[in-house]
Amino acid sequence: MDNDLQLWIVMIALGIGSFGLRFAFTGLVGDRQMPEWLLRHLRYTAVAVLPALVAPLVAWPAATNGEVDPARLLAAFAALIVGFVSKRAMAAILAGIAVLYVMLWWLG
Amino acid sequence: MGNCIGRALDVGRFCYPVYELPAMSSTPDSAFWQGFRDGLPYLLVVGPFGMLFGVVATEAGLNVFEALTFSVMVIAGAAQFTALQLLQDGAPTIVVILSALAVNLRMAMYSASLTPHIGKAPMWQRAVAAYFTVDQSYAISITTFEKNPDWSVARKVSYFFGVITPVCPMWYVLTLVGAILGSAIPPEFALDFALPITFIAMIAPMLRSLPHLSAATVAVVMALVCAPLPLNLGLLVAALLGMMTGAQVELFVERRKLKQEAA
Repeated sequence: MDNDLQLWIVMIALGIGSFGLRFAFTGLVGDRQMPEWLLRHLRYTAVAVLPALVAPLVAWPAATNGEVDPARLLAAFAALIVGFVSKRAMAAILAGIAVLYVMLWWLG
Repeated sequence: MGNCIGRALDVGRFCYPVYELPAMSSTPDSAFWQGFRDGLPYLLVVGPFGMLFGVVATEAGLNVFEALTFSVMVIAGAAQFTALQLLQDGAPTIVVILSALAVNLRMAMYSASLTPHIGKAPMWQRAVAAYFTVDQSYAISITTFEKNPDWSVARKVSYFFGVITPVCPMWYVLTLVGAILGSAIPPEFALDFALPITFIAMIAPMLRSLPHLSAATVAVVMALVCAPLPLNLGLLVAALLGMMTGAQVELFVERRKLKQEAA
């Protein structure tokens, strides 16, 4: 990292911010009810943020300098399908890694 | 609440009368060990992930101390990876922080969902529990709490602490191991792709309804479309649109159900 100061600012801000998010309700809200519209959006944070983060990494991997890579693309689909069908994260990880290694070996 | 009279357990919004003395198996102490046993298998998920963070962090130029500090302060794999990726891309500090916090917004949702169960524990316990609220501790605990609505607050807190004991310290330890091993792992192992695969594996089982599927699909499409946006704002835009889609589709599905019931 070229910029140590930036790294430390990010780490400290993330540390405080993450604790704040985790403490917001357990610590401060207590038993009070939250507005329905907010809960309705919060329900979809994980399934929106994580796919948005992953999609460009799958489509244009840094390891291949942003070129579409069939091995990585297939590995991603394998993890997605196995995870969707089996509902098990560990099975999906193993399937993804297996397909990735087989494809990398096969395509040389 | 504290509005329960006499020998009644004050759980959530209800009072449960206590008809017999609790057996040995229902003490907070045994709840801790039950949680410990339930948390133990998740070592297999958290361990490699922590190690991967250590490896990726050193490859990004962090030293061992910085990598470990990162894991101890933030203790959230997905957010840590996001921040690291954006730092490497040279994104502005505020964008790095906001994007990583957006990834962690789900923690607020976990916190909200745990509140009816442990919201009445002493403040220091709630603060410690908040720090250790991660995907695994939340998922395991909420499943058990919902199966055992008669558990006391103390017992639920003990269980939660039991769950995190085998899981969270290993996050630190394996970050350290990964950081020390660092670039000793050759590129042929394609470790660059362990992160996307892990994230996909975490998301796929969550896609259990039409609103979830719609939210994820819109997020993916918009992330690809918005990729050229400056300051890595594409992630935030795509995530917000995905969340709004999920909320709207949920409303639509509910309304259609109501109409069908009325017809």
